[in-house]
Amino acid sequence: MAKLKIALYWAASCGGCDIATLAIGDKILKLAEAADIVFWPIGLDFKYADVEKMPDKSIDACLFNGAIRTSENEHVAKLLRAKSKIMIAYGSCSYEGCIPGLSNFYNRQLTFERVYIETPSTDNPEKILPQTKVKVPEGELELPEFYDTVKTLAQTVDVDYFVPGCPPEEKTTWLALEALITGKLPPKGTVISHAVKAVCDECPRKRGEKKIKKFYRPYEIVPDPEICLLEQGLLCYGIATRGGCGALCPQANMPCTGCYGPVEGVIDQGAHFLSALSSIIDSNDPEEIQKIIDDIPDPAGTFYRYSLPDSLLRRARIK
Amino acid sequence: MIDPITRLEGHGKIAIFLNDDGGVANVYFQVPELRGFEKFSEGRPAEDMPQITQRICGVCPEAHHMASTKALDALFHVEPTSTARKLRELLYSAFFVTDHTTHFYILAAPDFVMGPDAPPAERNILGVIAKVGLELGGAVIKTRHDNHWVIQTIGGRPIHPCFGLPGGVSKAINEEERAKIEEIAKSSVEFGKLSLKVFDDVVLKNKEYLDMVLSDTFTHRTYYMGLVDENNKVNFYDGKVRVVDPEGKEFCKYAPRDYLEHLAEHVEPWTYLKFPYLKKVGWKGFVDGKDSGVYRCTPQSRLNAADGMTTPLAQEEYEKMYSTLGGKPAHYTLATHWARLIELLYAAERMVELVQDPEITSPDIRTIPTATPDEGIGIVEAPRGTLTHHYITDERGIIKKCNLIVGTTNNHAAISMSIKKAAVDLIKPGKEITEGLLNRIEMAWRPYDLCLACATHSLPGQAPMEVTIYDAQGNELKKLSQGI
Repeated sequence: MAKLKIALYWAASCGGCDIATLAIGDKILKLAEAADIVFWPIGLDFKYADVEKMPDKSIDACLFNGAIRTSENEHVAKLLRAKSKIMIAYGSCSYEGCIPGLSNFYNRQLTFERVYIETPSTDNPEKILPQTKVKVPEGELELPEFYDTVKTLAQTVDVDYFVPGCPPEEKTTWLALEALITGKLPPKGTVISHAVKAVCDECPRKRGEKKIKKFYRPYEIVPDPEICLLEQGLLCYGIATRGGCGALCPQANMPCTGCYGPVEGVIDQGAHFLSALSSIIDSNDPEEIQKIIDDIPDPAGTFYRYSLPDSLLRRARIK
Repeated sequence: MIDPITRLEGHGKIAIFLNDDGGVANVYFQVPELRGFEKFSEGRPAEDMPQITQRICGVCPEAHHMASTKALDALFHVEPTSTARKLRELLYSAFFVTDHTTHFYILAAPDFVMGPDAPPAERNILGVIAKVGLELGGAVIKTRHDNHWVIQTIGGRPIHPCFGLPGGVSKAINEEERAKIEEIAKSSVEFGKLSLKVFDDVVLKNKEYLDMVLSDTFTHRTYYMGLVDENNKVNFYDGKVRVVDPEGKEFCKYAPRDYLEHLAEHVEPWTYLKFPYLKKVGWKGFVDGKDSGVYRCTPQSRLNAADGMTTPLAQEEYEKMYSTLGGKPAHYTLATHWARLIELLYAAERMVELVQDPEITSPDIRTIPTATPDEGIGIVEAPRGTLTHHYITDERGIIKKCNLIVGTTNNHAAISMSIKKAAVDLIKPGKEITEGLLNRIEMAWRPYDLCLACATHSLPGQAPMEVTIYDAQGNELKKLSQGI
């Protein structure tokens, strides 16, 4: 059997997904037996020009991590889509926008003003901002355009599968790679993770009846190590988050922050969490409910911590 | 153009322009990406910042997590418990061991062990292992793997830890975990010693390499920065930032809260990354010397800026290095690799000290903050440079303003200068541009361990680099690529 041709690419990302791809331990040998990596800018010396020369659909699968933030990210996403039979959004950034997607609360102008003019360490009296084309004495330099809005991969090109996580855990990565190697591919559009519904299903903490009178912030209390964090008033997102990670954060006494994205069948993770919360607030009095909810600082940035670009909100309107 | 080279907040590229004679007219090191954490952190709950800001870098998330957690201590006016402080530093020391290991063996060693002119197919970690021995290869993999286990055990997750809180950490360790960490710490010390022996055998005993290390092509006389303890000894987790001038004299020493008196950042329109410099000296462009505010913070810089190491084996190696290099400060960029190994040994020795501390398994890991949050600045020494996080919040602890000066950014000007100097010295009219020559240019920036390079860390290879040389009219003259 011919070896699979796999491409790996990072767009607007932190590098954690690339580290995670390598963190499959000795399974990397199995991968090497079954597949050749034909494009990986971090590790291998292949250039955009080499990819451009490849015939369309000549790459079997592309694992694409990182969101679409610049014109260069978009260009490479389209290029790799054309060359790949299967396009996989790998990791939270390409799947749903992730934490850098919180940038959609602002835009390019506000971001540039903050970074290049307003920050207290910046000394820029002429208010110079980076430009896509700059004449220098020796020639011209170019930079990719920085977009107003962070987009997901699926908002940019057609995507076949999604791998959740910031970053995906080792076993989740291997599920996806194993599906490619064995050719046992799930239906198009599948979010590849273990068949556990929510993070709660993997969490060893004891669950009782959830009735909440007050929300706490993680620094305000020392939670009981055995009992469900949400029941103790911490905004643990496990209830509205796809399982598969092994519930790592709750086991370190910290609330789940939702990095595996929505549970199966849910489109908008934030709305799902909000509705789940409202059902466990211990009050029928609208005023009291409002008061309890008001204890949640930054609801939009918390409920959509990883999924703002992929949510129904997509971005904030800037006046 | 050398594109793409390396990770910072993304990718990187180098443009080399030639003049009419075929010599180098100028070199630009561009960072073509920005993600804007300084803006979108506004509105977020402060306590979430350790987990938000570590998404700047998935290779050194521990550094952001730690600087951010310390900024929260200051913001909430709370002291972490003694055990919490030690657990943070223990995790951080394990992180330094893994990070320095990956940089040295996977990125730097191929140049020295295989030689800069070795064919790219051999100039990688596999070539190094073939030459130095499979046993060492196994030790590299084991050291990384074991210390990642330490990070997950203390920090909760292997990548993007979650344990930092103002006033402490979320999780204690038990005796069983402690004993295993102690074993790993001790074996990391042995690994650090072994690594310095490899450096001694391969580099120091080879006159050709030593001459290259000491050559003017790879030398810049700049200011040096690093975090020091109360005795001016190197510390990665806490202390004051000390800067020495190009003669090695203390120029300033500041507490995190005073960073704005000492640092400023310059903006150029052709890169998304800013150029920090010493405010009291001023921005004079891409030049070295005492009159230029350009400073460096690398392993070499940290050792230059300090009076020594607190652990015995590392101190011995520190003294040996400076006596070999002809005293302090050392201006040789390539000697940074040596300093990195001394830091690796220090970090491992520090792990042993911390994990043998009777307090380390204490459950007393949290101080609940009671004061109203307002403003906090946290600084740690990241492997790639001093890392500063600065937050201002409202009385509910919601971020109003955030400023970040990130590891590699500190060295942005110096990296540009090092690349230019190597290019100017090595690319000469009429001289053929070979792969070995391009690799020597790459060797000028590799010691800074730019952050995509971090990701490259994990791979059998080097940062890919495509070089297109442009003539004086801007036409493409020659294209070469190197890598695997």
